[in-house]
Amino acid sequence: MGPRLPLMLKDAGLTAFVAAALGIFIVGFRTVDTGGGKGLSFDYHLVDLAVAVVVIFIGRLGLSMAANGQRWPAIVLGGAMIAAGASPMKLPSGFLHWFVALGGVLLVIRAIWPWASDAMSAAARTPSGLALGKARSRWFGWLLLGAAVLMPFTPIADQKTMDLGVLILTYVMLGWGLNIVVGLAGLLDLGYVAFYAVGAYAYALLSTQYGLGFWTVLPLAGMMAALFGIVLGFPVLRLRGDYLAIVTLGFGEIIRLVLLNWFDLTNGPAGIGSIPGPTLFGAVFAETPPAGKQTVSEMLGIAFDGNHRLIFLYYIILGLALVTNLFTQRMRRLPVGRAWEALREDETACQALGINPTNTKLTAFAIGAMFAGFAGSFFAAKQRFISPESFVFIESAIILAIVVLGGMGSQIGVVLAAVLLIGLPEWFRDLGNYRMLAFGLAMVLIMVFRPRGLISHREPSIRLHPAGSGGSG
Amino acid sequence: MTSSPSTGPLIEVEHLTMRFGGLIAIDDVSFAAHQKAITAIIGPNGAGKTTVFNCITGFYKPTAGRLTLRGVGREFLLERMRGHEIGQKARVARTFQNIRLFAGMTVLENLMVAQHNKLMRASGWSVLGLLGVASFQRAEAAAVELARLWLERIGLMADADRPAGELPYGDQRRLEIARAMCTEPVLLCLDEPAAGLNPRESAELNQLLVSIRDRDGIGVLLIEHDMSVVMNISDHIVVLDYGRKIAEGVPLAVRNDPAVIRAYLGTDDEANDG
Repeated sequence: MGPRLPLMLKDAGLTAFVAAALGIFIVGFRTVDTGGGKGLSFDYHLVDLAVAVVVIFIGRLGLSMAANGQRWPAIVLGGAMIAAGASPMKLPSGFLHWFVALGGVLLVIRAIWPWASDAMSAAARTPSGLALGKARSRWFGWLLLGAAVLMPFTPIADQKTMDLGVLILTYVMLGWGLNIVVGLAGLLDLGYVAFYAVGAYAYALLSTQYGLGFWTVLPLAGMMAALFGIVLGFPVLRLRGDYLAIVTLGFGEIIRLVLLNWFDLTNGPAGIGSIPGPTLFGAVFAETPPAGKQTVSEMLGIAFDGNHRLIFLYYIILGLALVTNLFTQRMRRLPVGRAWEALREDETACQALGINPTNTKLTAFAIGAMFAGFAGSFFAAKQRFISPESFVFIESAIILAIVVLGGMGSQIGVVLAAVLLIGLPEWFRDLGNYRMLAFGLAMVLIMVFRPRGLISHREPSIRLHPAGSGGSG
Repeated sequence: MTSSPSTGPLIEVEHLTMRFGGLIAIDDVSFAAHQKAITAIIGPNGAGKTTVFNCITGFYKPTAGRLTLRGVGREFLLERMRGHEIGQKARVARTFQNIRLFAGMTVLENLMVAQHNKLMRASGWSVLGLLGVASFQRAEAAAVELARLWLERIGLMADADRPAGELPYGDQRRLEIARAMCTEPVLLCLDEPAAGLNPRESAELNQLLVSIRDRDGIGVLLIEHDMSVVMNISDHIVVLDYGRKIAEGVPLAVRNDPAVIRAYLGTDDEANDG
């Protein structure tokens, strides 16, 4: 390992010392109320602190080894940490096991990263690697679609999984809708959830007040949201970049505050309840039919099962999401879609070519809003209860994060990012409060290793030479 | 004074003035440019050449003056039109001093975006296009054909599916001209197309511009510092200095004009003033 070792040990020791000095107040002990008015006393967590300091010492040592090109010692250290984390050794909390093991995993990844990425890019350059990459990008989408269609029939499809599936697909649809606005047209929209809210309230009000069904209201809700998109977009789409982002952020908040305060219409913070669910050819999903209606189990002559409703919802949102995707794919290949991307690239040049920037942006904005409206009315039908609580800024931020992490403009990227961002926090529920930490870690890792999003490849909307024929480049 | 006087000038710039606050960037400039002719606008840095272009192409609203374009079938008063309408209706196309291609899109896509308005109509504002109507598909095939023609003329056929931003600098310059030509303009405004080109690329550019004048028969307005381009291919030259027109004429006359020499070399200025 050479003469550098003492230096590395010293550095790792220093890092561990800093961690200990900082950690002793944060992790080392905490005050607890002893009760009975006797004041506070200390609860010591010195083992936790010691484990953390040891992990940081080994981690730092391993990182400097990896940075120094000493791959194997770093891998050994990482492996030891993983083994320690997975071992039945008694640590004060399950989280510490995770912490130790995760640290080891990161260290191993760091140690083999330069090596692995070299090997991967070399493999991708060989003819068979190129063919594989092409086949993968072509079949990956179909594979995902097949998995999504078959999912409800697999043994894993219990109620929890189906709920999560519906949730993820809702975000996939919203991500695809926002992808038109942000990914294609390059308009940073921080208030996308406003159109989601418009769709949701449109369905909730029209169904509870006027008794209209889900399938009637769905197109109306989309049109309503698109109309809101045009009304908002017309004055503000002259703005560019940051200014547009701020105005859309404000619009999102205004819609939420209107929903909160227009008591006569929206019932304010109490929200709207008993929203009817979607029907299948007029039949409702319920155990006992309401007056004048038929239940689905009666219509199909099958036994009632609470899961049927969930499976039905799952296929509705899958269908809606696929419509969004097909529509977007098709629009991309039309003149208007190319104009969206051209606007994202250079608005001045677009104007010089005689393209009306305001109208082109408006179409993107309105179409994006329309799909949010569809998703919103689905959301209302699924939840059967909506309130302004569901349409806060963080929702806009999550949808935007899905688009950005997926790789702006990439449809498959949105799916992967939605699975990651919505699915991951659910899967890591066992970690308790630390799951948000894992969530943050995942985001940081994506941004470090894939700064342009999970899928940064852009497929041309039209080709002169068939794909793969090479040309000169 | 130059070619095709029978039809009258293609664009007539009359008493054009552009003021930015207290600064007068263009001061009462008048000139005309003809069809099937290359009209060069030259002058030292800061003479107001690009400002003239920005007024003609609608990026600036002139403070005063009239810009008349005798285009397809009717007259257009450019100073009264909104930015994008000048490209869309009056059919004036331009390129930029710093190249403004759609860098992330492919070469072919750049040329397709240039045909946006035509294709938008053919796609029934996207409705017919979404349905895949045959007339739209024919229009798109025709647009690809026009793009292919221009790719051949600028020699970028093999690079059609590469992102435009990956092309070498000289190719990007030519692509920007081809993109402007794909809008099927009556007047093409080129802002320093030879900037940053090596002598060989510069000669290729000369050929391209001459072929645009002779084969396509449109008017070309050209801002250029490279005198090998200006003197070789221009039919008419307008010289600006400090926002005023100081000379105008055929290349040979302008080259020997004392006012032009003074503006460029600045030698006699102090002697005269002092």
